[in-house]
Formats: sequence, structure tokens, C-alpha cells
Amino acid sequence: MTAALALGDDALVLSHRLGEWAGRAPVLEEEVALANIALDLLGQARVLLSLADDEDELAYLREERAFRNVQLVEQPNGDFAHTIARQLYFSTYQELLYERLAHGSGPFAPLAAKAVKEVAYHRDHAEHWTLRLGDGTDESHERMRRGLDALWRFTGELFEPVEGCEVEWHTLHDAWLTRITSVLERATLAVPEGPRRGGWAAGAGRQGIHTEPFGRMLAEMQHLHRSHPGATW
Amino acid sequence: MTTMAADAGAYEAVFDAALAADERIEPRDWMPDEYRATLVRQMAQHAHSEIIGMQPEANWITRAPSLRRKAILMAKVQDEAGHGLYLYSAAETLGTSRDELLDKLHSGRQKYSSIFNYPTLTWADVGAIGWLVDGAAITNQVPLCRCSYGPYARAMVRICKEESFHQRQGYELLLALSRGTEAQRAMAQDAVDRWWWPSLMMFGPPDDASAHSAQSMAWKIKRHSNDELRQRFVDICVPQAESLGLTLPDPELRWSEERGHYDFGPIDWDEFREVLRGNGPCNAQRITQRRRAHEEGAWVREAAAAYAAKHGEAQA
Repeated sequence: MTAALALGDDALVLSHRLGEWAGRAPVLEEEVALANIALDLLGQARVLLSLADDEDELAYLREERAFRNVQLVEQPNGDFAHTIARQLYFSTYQELLYERLAHGSGPFAPLAAKAVKEVAYHRDHAEHWTLRLGDGTDESHERMRRGLDALWRFTGELFEPVEGCEVEWHTLHDAWLTRITSVLERATLAVPEGPRRGGWAAGAGRQGIHTEPFGRMLAEMQHLHRSHPGATW
Repeated sequence: MTTMAADAGAYEAVFDAALAADERIEPRDWMPDEYRATLVRQMAQHAHSEIIGMQPEANWITRAPSLRRKAILMAKVQDEAGHGLYLYSAAETLGTSRDELLDKLHSGRQKYSSIFNYPTLTWADVGAIGWLVDGAAITNQVPLCRCSYGPYARAMVRICKEESFHQRQGYELLLALSRGTEAQRAMAQDAVDRWWWPSLMMFGPPDDASAHSAQSMAWKIKRHSNDELRQRFVDICVPQAESLGLTLPDPELRWSEERGHYDFGPIDWDEFREVLRGNGPCNAQRITQRRRAHEEGAWVREAAAAYAAKHGEAQA
């Protein structure tokens, strides 16, 4: 179940990153919103990982190299603009992907049909904040620009075909770029330039090649579970 | 008597009659300044407790030992943010803005529940907070659903429903630990040992030393005395601890046939006063994190306001 792991790990890891915001959001409404998105993603992750195997064994007992999430979702939160840039890139992708999976006949159609409604909200949330930050103050514009630029090089990987997902990846990419371009234009921001992927033949997240912060994230996530082998919680 | 004094007297008579008839006071009704100030103080302290209370629990979100527990904990912390929102909104009906109240929290002019100045050292602390701290909060808060001020009473109805979920989840978390491995059971016992006495302190000083109690009871903001509620909580917890297979750290705890209640040992009020004075294990840490989140978020709030001004959008 390569696809269940890929999509499940995307949701699991992004949920974890968003969970790190708890108690630190810039305004109380965002405590609620970010937690809400994190909970939706965790729910998706649990369904997807359970399709592959035991959800807790997969989440807590795999080594870093066995995770199949894209590198984008494991990137540390940075400031609020950085988090919103990550949300914009990922939720736009996830909505387009789940729309297609929902209309297909594959094993993910039922999950995708339910999740796409949640993800539409995530995308809407990210777009609204992209507009506010891009077209807010000079400072917020600059921070949003930096977030978008810094994460741009992780966006190419999103469109690498995932085995088991019957999707036309090329048109998915075009739809993504059209949507991102339109939001950024409205937010008075430019579409970043520069490479969309790292220059390493070993590949990236889908091949189990991750970025350095990811190992530390897993160490924190897994340590308690691993400290009590065989315990139930 | 001047006309104004006569008017004020008439208003006060209407207010007193409403209280006597157990009717709700609503935002547009006349109310004594002191009643308003007491409510703002109490609602603000409650709202602050919700948002500061997110910190000790959020401390374990990233380390929750199963995905099911992680989802439950995240939902709980999210509920607390939601409770903070309702309570700040309820306080706004009395003419005090959220910004003003947050400013008082950050500058130390308003307080939050002292219980959150204790650290969450192990995963079992998440369970102990749910079972004991939320349990004590519910015991305190259920009577507030009948508080004389309408918006507060209505906010409390919703909050109490969610809190009782949290309390059950905490109990269930501890139950899983107490039925688990030896290490898990020890973790649960250790957490209960550390949280029991601070939870009893949550009901406030004994009745004869409580500064605001008598007036609040007369205004029907408060319905039961601190000691009454504390006793009710102890009576509920003792059999629950037995079902959990855990002990409570009080050698004097025993059933009194004569009183029809559990007797319990003396509370260390010196510790209570020290923590209240700012010398608890986490006072500085909690307020520093809260201030930092607020300060680091300033540019975000400014951006939202600037965008709203440009585009005529209702502010985020």
C-alpha cells in the first residue's frame, strides 16, 4: 500500500507540525483554526495508515527512512507566514488530488470524498491568510514573500506520481500552478522563481529521503511510545 | 432626595427584585458598578485560565503515545481555546474588550487559576489534569450555569458539557495506565500524588478567609461556598480513586459516618499563597510564553487589521 503510506504520512506529519502551534498562535481564533486543521489531518492519517497496517506501529515504530511523506510537510513551522505558505502549497495540492481520487474508483475514493470537504476549508483558510498577509502591511508582505520563496523548492515533489493513485499528475500540476498564481496575484505577491526540487538523484520524501529537521521531529513524537515497548495506552 | 438619586434607587430596586426572583440580569439591564466589576474580574480570570491552561497540556501533544490519544488531547486543547473565546465574548457584553483583558493578564494585573503554575512532567499528568483539575473545575462551574448574569450562565452551560467530556477522558487515560505495565501504573500514581493537593486548593481559601465570597453569594454569582464545593469534590473523588486502583496522598482521608462525608487532612495554605504570589514552579514560564505568543503575533494582527481597512472586510 504505497499510496496509503504516502498520503497517510503527509497527513500525519503535517498534523504534527500544526500541533506544535498549540498555545503559541498569534490570535485565539487561530488557536482554534490551526488545531481544527491538525485534527482533520490526523483523522485522515489514521484512516489511511490503518489501510496499510496498525496505525500506531506505523506512526511510532518506523525509522525516518521508512516514512513516505513529501518533504514539504515536515518543514518546521517558522513564523506564521511560513506556516501559511506551507498550508497554501499543500492544501491546494491535497484538495486537487482528493477531488480526483474521490471521482475515481480506487480504494481511496470514500476517504477522499469525505476529506475533500475538510481540505477545501484548509485551502480557504490558507488563501484568506495569504491575502491578508500579502496585502496587509509591508512587514507581513515581506514575511509572506520569504515563506513562499523558502518553501518553493519543495513543491516539485508534490507532483511525482504515487503508485496506486490513478491521477493525471501533469494536469494536477497545471491546475495547482494556475490556482497558486491567481491567489498570489490577488495577494500582490509574485510566484517564486527558482528550482522546484533539490538536485539529488537519491530523490526526496516519497523515496524515504527526508530533511534534517524531520529526524528530530520523529524523535520527539516517538520517544514515549518507544520507551514502553508493548504497552497499550 | 434628588431626582437622580431617586432614579438610581428605583433601578436598584428592579435589580434586587430580579435577583430575588432568580431572574437573569442581561447586558442592557441596570446593575451596580460593583456587580459589573466582580463579574468582569471573575469572567476574565476564567478566560485567562482557559488560555494559560492550554500550555501544560499542549506540552504533551507532540509526544502523545498513540494517535487516538493525540487526537483526544488536541481536541481538548482546542476546546480550551474555544472556551477562552466564549468567555472573552461574554465579558465584552459588560463593556470590556478582549484586548484590554489580555493586556491585564500580560501585565499581571489579572490572574488565572494557580493550578496551571504546576508542570506536566509525565504523560500521566495529562490524565491527572483531566480527572482532578477538570473535575474540580466542573464542581466549581456547574453552579455557575445558574449564575445571575445571563451571558455568563449561558456560556457556562456549553463549557460544562465539554469539561465533563474532558474529565471522563482523563479518568479513562489513568485507567488505561493503572491497568497497564508496572511502569505505567507507577506513572499514574506519581501524577495523582502530585496533582491531588493543588486540585483541592482550586476551590480557593477556606470560607472564613475568602475575600469575595459573601458578596458574590448575595449577588447569586456564586451559589455555594468554597468549603462546600471542596467537600463535594473529595466525596466524588475517593470512590473514583478506588475504581482506578490508585491511592490519594492523604493519610487522614476516611469516611465519617457522623458527617456523612469524607474527612481529609489539612491543606498547605502556605504553598497556595506562595504560588499565588508568583513563586510556583511555572508562573514565570507560563506568562512569558503567553506574552511571547502575543508579541510575536502582533505583526499578524496588524496585517489583518490593515487588510480589513483596505478591503472593508470584517476583521479576522
